[in-house]
Amino acid sequence: MRSFSVLLMVFCTLLLAGCPKKPTTVPEGSDTTAQDGAAGSGQGEGAVGEGRQLPGASGSPGGGPAGVANVIYFDFDRSDIRPEYASLISQHGKHLAAAGGVKIRVEGHTDERGSREYNIALAERRAQAVRRALMLQGAGDGQLTTVSYGEERPAVPGSDESAYDKNRRVELVYGR
Amino acid sequence: MIRRFAVMLIALSMPAGQAAAQLTVQIERGMAESVPIAIVPFAWDAAGEMPVDVAATVHADLERSGRFRPLPKSQMIEQPHAASEVDAADWRMLKVDYVLVGRLSRLPDGRYEIRYELVSVASGQRLLGTVMPVDGNALKRASHKISDAVYEKILGVRGAFATRIAYVAVDGPTTRRGYRLIVTDADGANEYVVFSSPEPIMSPAWSPDGRSLAYVSFHSGLAAIYVQKLSTGEQVRVSAKSGINGAPSYSPDGKQMALALSRKDGNVDIYILTLATQEVRRLTEDAAIDTEPAWTPDGRMIYFTSDRAGAPQIYSVGLAAGDRPRRVTFEGGYNARPRVSPDGRQLAVVTLDRGAYRIAAVDVERGGLRVLSDGQLDESPSIAPNGADIIYATRERGKDILAIVSSDGRIQQRIAASGGEVREPAWSPYLN
Repeated sequence: MRSFSVLLMVFCTLLLAGCPKKPTTVPEGSDTTAQDGAAGSGQGEGAVGEGRQLPGASGSPGGGPAGVANVIYFDFDRSDIRPEYASLISQHGKHLAAAGGVKIRVEGHTDERGSREYNIALAERRAQAVRRALMLQGAGDGQLTTVSYGEERPAVPGSDESAYDKNRRVELVYGR
Repeated sequence: MIRRFAVMLIALSMPAGQAAAQLTVQIERGMAESVPIAIVPFAWDAAGEMPVDVAATVHADLERSGRFRPLPKSQMIEQPHAASEVDAADWRMLKVDYVLVGRLSRLPDGRYEIRYELVSVASGQRLLGTVMPVDGNALKRASHKISDAVYEKILGVRGAFATRIAYVAVDGPTTRRGYRLIVTDADGANEYVVFSSPEPIMSPAWSPDGRSLAYVSFHSGLAAIYVQKLSTGEQVRVSAKSGINGAPSYSPDGKQMALALSRKDGNVDIYILTLATQEVRRLTEDAAIDTEPAWTPDGRMIYFTSDRAGAPQIYSVGLAAGDRPRRVTFEGGYNARPRVSPDGRQLAVVTLDRGAYRIAAVDVERGGLRVLSDGQLDESPSIAPNGADIIYATRERGKDILAIVSSDGRIQQRIAASGGEVREPAWSPYLN
């Protein structure tokens, strides 16, 4: 869990340093951390912009904070939460802290590359990273269920970078 | 103990005839030095049509394997039915090395009898001579067993024609998918749906006796591992812990199962589940991902995928308490999902090869890695029980299909599915 503690520290530091009010958009193809394996493969590591809002999920009865997106996107083979999602997670965490009866499912996903069970593990790690970040903001353990779907439930079909970017994600699903 | 098992009978949601992913195996690339053989149509002693064309089944099996070149029936100048009737000189002229002849008869008790003989054209010697009684519904299986015996006599390795393949079929649009776990004979015949669900089904694994399948299903809303007996359809939930329950792999004696659990803390490690007692023991403990366990045939060691060095690589660990994992693969930046060959000397893995995910063979003694497939997104290798072939999932024109490559990489077959997407093939053990 050593890598996770580091991640938490980075995250907390970011919060103290004052996070951006809204998730900022990282331009496509911008420089992100190179990954062993992926780096030499010629596969782009293009980042994804703002989390989109799922229809009917947020703002509905038993839903999340109004007007806040509920998808967090990740870099290839990574489970650390990018700084631009600090505000999004903080708003969900505070919302959950204030409404103790509300329950959510934290659903982890990957893109289709690589082996399926490894992707299940990777998506679990993403979901756990988000779960812990939400708990750090006051959400209760009993309010959160994590489930990892790996690459089994892509958000969009296709085998290109733009599809992969949208599929490497954690979705916060209210009322489940 | 047993009370904790959630037992339920699965009513097949679809009649067998509607499995709708019918597989057809086609040879893509065979061996230049494939063995020329004549499979002479078998004699049939009773009235009416032969219930199963034994010779045609053997012909198709051997041809599909890529290792044989069966002589077309039209080129046969005679059709003997016993070794004593085979004129070696005639077959030599046709450049055939072996001749298989035989006869199918009906027994007084309603069963059948298959009698077959394999003759070497070079020596004129009879290499095989077998008589077997067969139930009416087992004639096809018996034909595949003849293919197994001929393959073994000529190539020195038992054939794997009388085996089965389990796989996952997926159809429907991205947002509304249907998942089915399907079992088929190795030639694509007799397929039927074992389990179906609107939620993902993953990671089918055969029990060593070939009678049950373990798999991951999300039909409860969360991942759990189930074991389903094929003869009755009885489904037993064997692992439904908090977090992920994945990558089931049976021990060679079938009494234990290695699996990947994340428990409450989300740290994915390998655990050993004793099926009779439901007792779970942790095998690996590392902050990194440890998953995709596979037992060695002697049951003493487990290979698995771990990203403890940064990116996924293959490791091995003994089953004794306190044994430390050792890294097995060093070539390439991504090696995952090991499967162990029957002799324990090779692994089939997914490797990242110049930007493409491909199937590779790893020599565990010498450490070399050899890429066998040539797709872009190849995954889920599963080794035939004779070690000669590896079935895997690949992508063709945007569609998930299955393919087979020989373990030396020389023979390639693609398996066309008539229905939706097919993936995660698992080759059965030898079946009795």
